[in-house]
Amino acid sequence: MSAVAVHPGTTGTSAWDSIKRFLDAKAMLLPTFAALVIFVGMLVYGQAEYGLLVSGGSMQWGTISNLLLNNAHMIILAVGMTFVILTGGIDLSVGAVIAFSSLAGVMLTNAGLNGWLAMIVMVLVGTLFGLFSGVLIQYFNFQPFIATLATMFLARGLASMLSTDPQRVDADSPIKLVSADIKLIDGPKVNDLIVTPGVLAAILVVALGFWVLHRTRTGRTVYAIGGSETSAALMGLPVVRTKLFIYTMSGTMAGLAGLVYTAELGKAQNITGTGWELDAIAATVIGGTLLTGAFGYVLGSVVGALVLGLMTVLITRNGAIPSEWTTIITGAILLVFVLLQRAITLRRK
Amino acid sequence: MNSEKTDWASVLGQTARKPFFWGIVAIVVLLGINLVKDPSFLAISYNANTGYLSGNVLDILRAAAPIMLIAVGMTLVVATAGIDLSVGSVMVASGAVAMQFLAGVNTPGSAGAALGAVLLALAVGAAMGLLSGVLVAYVGLQPFITTLVMMMAGRGLAKVITGGNNTKASNDAFSWIANGRVLGFPVVFVIAVVVVVLVALVIRWTALGMMIEAIGINANAARMAGIKPRGLLVTVYTVSGLLAAGAGMMSVASVMTVDVSQTGNGLEMDAILALVVGGTSLAGGKFHIGGSVVGALMITTLDKTVKFLGIASSATPAFKAAVIIILCLLQSERVRNLLLRRRRDKSTVAAPIAVATPKESVTA
Repeated sequence: MSAVAVHPGTTGTSAWDSIKRFLDAKAMLLPTFAALVIFVGMLVYGQAEYGLLVSGGSMQWGTISNLLLNNAHMIILAVGMTFVILTGGIDLSVGAVIAFSSLAGVMLTNAGLNGWLAMIVMVLVGTLFGLFSGVLIQYFNFQPFIATLATMFLARGLASMLSTDPQRVDADSPIKLVSADIKLIDGPKVNDLIVTPGVLAAILVVALGFWVLHRTRTGRTVYAIGGSETSAALMGLPVVRTKLFIYTMSGTMAGLAGLVYTAELGKAQNITGTGWELDAIAATVIGGTLLTGAFGYVLGSVVGALVLGLMTVLITRNGAIPSEWTTIITGAILLVFVLLQRAITLRRK
Repeated sequence: MNSEKTDWASVLGQTARKPFFWGIVAIVVLLGINLVKDPSFLAISYNANTGYLSGNVLDILRAAAPIMLIAVGMTLVVATAGIDLSVGSVMVASGAVAMQFLAGVNTPGSAGAALGAVLLALAVGAAMGLLSGVLVAYVGLQPFITTLVMMMAGRGLAKVITGGNNTKASNDAFSWIANGRVLGFPVVFVIAVVVVVLVALVIRWTALGMMIEAIGINANAARMAGIKPRGLLVTVYTVSGLLAAGAGMMSVASVMTVDVSQTGNGLEMDAILALVVGGTSLAGGKFHIGGSVVGALMITTLDKTVKFLGIASSATPAFKAAVIIILCLLQSERVRNLLLRRRRDKSTVAAPIAVATPKESVTA
């Protein structure tokens, strides 16, 4: 797959040459790398401007904790979305699935169902919606866009039928345990490094996603399908099974993200997650995954999600930027990244 | 075509094979459901004082107008194998510009101010469409991501223009767009019909439609056949932006307020739904403007029906999902084969050939 193009005419130091050769070989890593650079750049800027990381000689663990806590659900979504986009598909349903699964789970516990069971139900609801999209796509020839659009409408409509009022999670419900603070480092005042089981779940999801995508046959099949579905099928790869798997998994991730988010927020609502599918897609694209499929990394999407999350933090800290500008800046960042990807793909040709 | 014997059965058979046939069926069924609930649903009353016609059907036509406009723009974009997610945001941005202009201008009540607002809004829509088109055609970005950026930027732009407020304005001429009547019909519907017919005529009487389809089927082959895809792509996205600006003015004019978070929100999905109902494939190529209009009418009839039956309007998406799933299932190979096989089992003696013949002719 790697096309190592050595330009004979290039002059310069040998170090520069080797960097160039590395970039040529790993050109598709560049957008992910750029996302990482931008993330670090934002951290440095935040540190210089607002003392985001170290202030008054002590680590600001609170910043890092909040970044993880507030974006755990988006990281989980982005991992699922990466798999789907790598095969050249798309999943528009995740935001709506979150609304339905969290609402269904909370209403079930409030109606007396065991909280642990309700949590399992929340995740499985996502699995079912994902499976539904997958079946429509694989067995009935729906385009992924249409199938997941239908699932999105279905989940959002059903959620609204369940309730249009916010449903509070009982304070002593086991669901709350997902957002229980685990203090890792006891910082000064409120600056503790805190994780929650929700954050741990996100980290576990990332690790699992990385392992499946880069270390298993399923992962290689995902890339192969993105390259060319026909070729993958002709090679005897289990295309049907894999595609069903990725949509089911993306749905499951949405269910899990719903659980994590609901626990953190303490309530479920039918309008939760509106537009999150687009945020997840944006995070994935910023992280270096090509929308056409076959190129991308799970870890890149995690960085993408964190870039978006950190941007919100920086804009909030900087009182001078009106909040109206947030979406414009998000859009601009997204544009910069796709332009970068475009430049790289052009060079490869 | 055996036009000699156009009996009812064959006319019906031909219509049934049109892609938007099931959309029409859905409209009839929905109207039927409403009639069962209230037999006077279709009644149109005439107000002698104002000369206005009013009734549920006219409400549906008025509500359908903006969706018709964006659906037609979306149809052209999708025909080139693209997609325009930004139409809802273009609506709110152009609506915001119009409202802000009317609220700030010296003579806010004059017809001249209304004209200025209209032109300004159209310019904003066209500019946003143009930008998307240039990014897609000349820079080579994917339509999905380009218009997603434009979608984010558009709604942000609307908030920046109005300073985050829901700007109000009053101007009789501008509000006439949404609330006035022509020959008893809502002005918005008349405008939408005129625009759609114009677009359809231009597209079908010239080679434009064919060239757009050619790009959607195979951009490379189209280029080799002497079609210049870039200019056409820019045109198509600009037209979509213009039409969305028109739709945006329609939706702000009815209440003379722009709601920066709600105006046009999620309407890109409605437009996509309309053309799926109308039989345009998202993969590009063949498109049906008439079908998209049928789709737009179906969606608004569905909205109206859900409201009329007393179901919470926030549950409407579930019914839209049902419509998409049923329509696409009817078009899917697997379900068709299943239905055909059942028919074949029933009529094994009669004519098995009759089952095999209605294959669509393949054009290379």
